[in-house]
Amino acid sequence: MKLTKSFDKSLWVFHVNAASCNGCDIEIVAALTPRYDVERFGIKLVGTPRHADVLLVTGPVNRQMADRVRRVYEQTPGPKAVLICGNCGATSGVYYDSYCIEGPFDEFIKKVDPNAIIVYVPGCPVRPEAITFGVVQAWKALEKLRGEA
Amino acid sequence: MNEALEAVIRLGIGAGVIMIALWLSLVLKGFDRKFAAWLQARYGPPLRQPFWDVFKLFQKENVVPERAVSWAFNGAPLMALVGSLVLVMFIPLGPVGGVVAGWMPVLEGYGDLILVVYLLAIPGLMMAIGGFASGSPLATVGAQREMVMMMSYEFPLAIVVLALAWRITNLSRGLESFSLKAIVENPLWGEVGILGIVGLALLFGVFFLIIPSELSKIPFDAPEAETEIGGGIIAEYSGTNLGLFYIADAVKTLAFLSLAVALFVPYNISPLLNVGGIGAYVLDLLFWLFKVEVLYFLAVTVIRVGAARLKIDKLSWLYLVPLSALAVVGSLLLYLDTL
Ligand code: SF4
Repeated sequence: MKLTKSFDKSLWVFHVNAASCNGCDIEIVAALTPRYDVERFGIKLVGTPRHADVLLVTGPVNRQMADRVRRVYEQTPGPKAVLICGNCGATSGVYYDSYCIEGPFDEFIKKVDPNAIIVYVPGCPVRPEAITFGVVQAWKALEKLRGEA
Repeated sequence: MNEALEAVIRLGIGAGVIMIALWLSLVLKGFDRKFAAWLQARYGPPLRQPFWDVFKLFQKENVVPERAVSWAFNGAPLMALVGSLVLVMFIPLGPVGGVVAGWMPVLEGYGDLILVVYLLAIPGLMMAIGGFASGSPLATVGAQREMVMMMSYEFPLAIVVLALAWRITNLSRGLESFSLKAIVENPLWGEVGILGIVGLALLFGVFFLIIPSELSKIPFDAPEAETEIGGGIIAEYSGTNLGLFYIADAVKTLAFLSLAVALFVPYNISPLLNVGGIGAYVLDLLFWLFKVEVLYFLAVTVIRVGAARLKIDKLSWLYLVPLSALAVVGSLLLYLDTL
């Protein structure tokens, strides 16, 4: 289906904590506070993946979470994008080579859906400005999708 | 005029009213979000945000869960929207009386206040049906809470409506008791004595507190409670269906607030300022919008920003005991006033 401009003006975000250390999660809450106020851009945290357009994933995916994260990804109605917040989601970061880790998240999600739109926000933890910037990158990725459709 | 022609005219006006109601309700929702942001010292989303939300939802994939009863699951959002749009047909959207005495809701004369109270229950009921039909435990919990909540606030609501209707017949001007038209054209504040004014104020207070719960807004949003049961009733809804619920909620908000305005503050500003003609109508319309927005701001925005969610048992108790008691006291004062 052809996406219109209203799509990226209203991104609803579902926050998945895939075994993160909670550092990034605190920064996500900071992005919602009056100081950074991402609701300006129509970004809203929702309570269920069914309402979400963007999955905001923090943390390396450990074995316990692997199956759950995959299911949450599949439950999200398309078109959707994944925003990986923090170093450990992108590269496993400080958890690199740990025995309990299934990730990094991108490899893991590409196995489920090779065409997944993934945006990386580096930082340990990420800064709220970086999260806002990451959402802008997600817009651009979705705009590309608009060009193709 | 023959009946067929009249029916066609009503249909045409009805279609116009639907478009206006859809647009106005989303704009009001935009104001609500903006004001809520200001109260929290944020900048807030643009006023057009609700439109973008709706258009986006219509572009999303529409998931019907495997375990859902699909006809009920898909039918509920549609019926909720239809219910709130029919509601709009019975409630005056705009100033009544004064210069434009003839202006009334499209279906005026085809139903009374009792019908309106029943129609008000339809969107909530449909949400509950949709919740039960989605086959998800979270949605079932939400649907049960919605039913409990409806049973709680309908009671004081019924008392308020009955009291007003009784007082209107008591004016002994041969008015129909439950007709919205009679209530709007004879504002009770000027008709009663001091006891009656206290009683009316009590009734207005009770009605004011019913507004946020009828609309499932914080602190009375236990059926949705997204931080606790992940959206509750609408947890399994996505895409178009969710968009329909979104619009239905907005339209119902508009309808209920205009009902509140019609029942308690149906005054116009033009007689006060001595304006006539078309200017008076514009002025009255703006004044009506102002009344609705003020009520929206006080009863929904301020309360939802300032309060935390109530537990469902406390919520039910609040409506069934203290508020119902207040409504009864208010009605008694109205009665004593006539003696
Ligand atoms: S990136 Fe750093 S702060 Fe963020 S979850 Fe991973 S370890 Fe914690």
